[in-house]
This record gives sequence, structure tokens and C-alpha cells, in this order.
Amino acid sequence: MLIAVTSSGDSLDSLVNEKFGRCQYFIIVNADTMKYEVVPNPAENAQGGAGPKAAEVLVNKGVNVLLTGHVGDKAEEALKKGHIHIITGLNENTKIADAIKFYLSKK
Amino acid sequence: MVISIASGKGGTGKTTVACGLASVTNNCVYIDCDVEEPNGHILLKPKITLEESSYKIIPKINNDLCNFCNKCTEVCEFNALLNFKTEIYLIDELCHSCGACTYFCPQKAITEVKKENGKIRIGETSNNILFYDAYLKVGEASAAPLIKKVKNAYKGDRPVIIDSPPGTSCSMLEAVKDSDFCVLVTESTPFGFNDLKLAINVLRQINIPYGIVINKYDENFSLLDEYIHDNQLNLLLRIPFRMDIAESYSKGELPTETVKDYKVMMLDLLEKIKKEIVKKEYA
Repeated sequence: MLIAVTSSGDSLDSLVNEKFGRCQYFIIVNADTMKYEVVPNPAENAQGGAGPKAAEVLVNKGVNVLLTGHVGDKAEEALKKGHIHIITGLNENTKIADAIKFYLSKK
Repeated sequence: MVISIASGKGGTGKTTVACGLASVTNNCVYIDCDVEEPNGHILLKPKITLEESSYKIIPKINNDLCNFCNKCTEVCEFNALLNFKTEIYLIDELCHSCGACTYFCPQKAITEVKKENGKIRIGETSNNILFYDAYLKVGEASAAPLIKKVKNAYKGDRPVIIDSPPGTSCSMLEAVKDSDFCVLVTESTPFGFNDLKLAINVLRQINIPYGIVINKYDENFSLLDEYIHDNQLNLLLRIPFRMDIAESYSKGELPTETVKDYKVMMLDLLEKIKKEIVKKEYA
């Protein structure tokens, strides 16, 4: 299972970015091996449609679960289309590693 | 003669002034371009005679012809097309109908189809104002195409009063574009003052002559008067912050019909605007 978290930095120690479409990085963690991949968000500075564009990236990476702060309507439409399970409500004082741990402990 | 009424800040009184002006302009056409929340009909109470859907053009992808080469998603400036590798998915609210995807598709897998983005209404008021307004469909991201359509719906040569949406972005620009004169309605507040400066900047850049109406005038807020004086701006009218005007408008009545001196103010405003337009023509 691949879990993506919206991040302000490029490591597991970085803090969560609450914004989905315009976060700096996605940290994608494989829950089985705990290996992770850092994917810069190409939509960070998009003129419009940042959310859907970011969703496209995650769908094509084969992500199953997204952990973030909040997701807009159009991004939600695209994520659902790609069968990504959306979990919102993360806050930006949380480390990526802690967010992942917390999700796996509650699952 | 095309007069547009804009403001920058919302709620300064654009529609009240625009409807007031329309009610004293003989044989005129009123076009409500605030397509996200048109409310001119509340004051003018037109009898609607025609209501028709408005459409925008969106791409339709034939997935049998598509080889998912990504060209269409690359050229889409608005990220309306997403490449899910097994399907190209369109978020149609984001589409600006530019046609780039259709033009560049190497597989010729894209055709253009119509999609409803709102409706346009035409009517007439009891005192012969020809009335136009439009409603943008909820969720549509861009108002400008519908504003353009409702403006172009009237093709005659009667005087036209255009009620612009608030703000200073694409939709306001589309509404005031091509007018002979623009009335900027502001109010005696810091927010009204700030947005007036933004709106002036827009009009200067597109070369539309303008004048200022201060609605809900409060002499204690002197910043606005000082700015107008120091920059030698054209102040057309101060409408006092008065209970009778507020009451009339809050009941959905046109102040020109119920408040004694409001009609005089509007007639005076119209005369000043006409003079400005003549001045421009001879300049």
C-alpha cells in the first residue's frame, strides 16, 4: 500500500503542508517496506487547477491513500476518479513520519 | 453610448447607482454583468420575456483513438485535462474553451462539444428599460465568457448601462471593456478607498475615462476626499449616508422612485457623464 503525505520539505522529518494542490512535496511511503519516495509537486505554482494536476501525479504513482490538511472540490473529484482514499485534517506542526505512524496505528 | 458601473469593492452600491441611472436615461438598455450574483432585477423588476441557455465549448476525448501521449494535458494552461494513462479525464469547470487541446492532438482524438455554463434572460421594465442579465452555473470557474455573451446579446444603438461585477480581475475587465465611460462607485471606508485605487489603475491601463461616485458618504473619512483632491480626479457625485435611501433600497425599491432628491442626483450624474463622453469625442 502506498501512502502519500503533503509535505513542506523533502524528508520524513519534514513538516506536513496542509495544502494539497500547492504543497512543495509529496512523500510517498510504501507501508509494506517503509521505503519512501520524494516527489516534488509540479502544480505548486500552477496558475489554476493545481489540485487536479497534483491528483494526476498521485494517481499515476499508484498511490492508495492520501494524508493531508484539506482538499478542494475539483481535486477531490480527480482523486476519487483515481480511487485514492482521502484523509484530511492533518496539521502543519506534524512531522511526516509521525503522520504515517499515526495513520498506520489507527488503520 | 455605453456607460459601465464598477467599483472594486463589493457592496458599495453599483447596482443601486446603475439602476438609478437606467431609470433616468431615456430608452436605455440595462445589462447586469454580475453573472455570479445578478441582482439588478430586484430593483428594476423587469418582465422576463426570453430565457435561454448559454453554452461553452469543451473537448470530448475519444479514448479509442487516444494514445495517452500527454500533448493535450501539456498545452492546457488551466490543468483541466488529466492523463490517468488509461483515460484522459476532463474537469470541465476549469476549461476556458481555448481549443488548444483539440488543435494540438496528434491523434485527432478530440472533438469539441457544447456544455451549458449558464443562462441569459431578456426582459423589459414598466418604464421601457430593455433588461438583460445572466446567471453563471454554480461551480463554473470562469465568468468572463458568459459576461461577453450577455453584453453581445444586445446589438442595437440605444444607450447601454452596464452593471459590472465587483473586483478588478477578468470578469470586471470583460464588463467594462469597450465602454465610453466608467463610473466607479466607492464608499467612505478604508476598504472602499483601497479598492477604488485598484480599479482606477485598471481603467488607466485600458484607457477608459472614468469618474467617481462616493456612496454612503461620510465626511469624517477624509482620506478619500484628500486623495481625489490631490490627484485631481473627477468626482461626479456624493450620495449621503441617509436612512430614507437605505430603507428604500432595502425594501427592493428604486430610490429614484421613492426618495425625492435621489432622482435629481441621478439626473445630475447622467448629465455630467454625457458631458464627459462628448468631451472625449472632441478630444
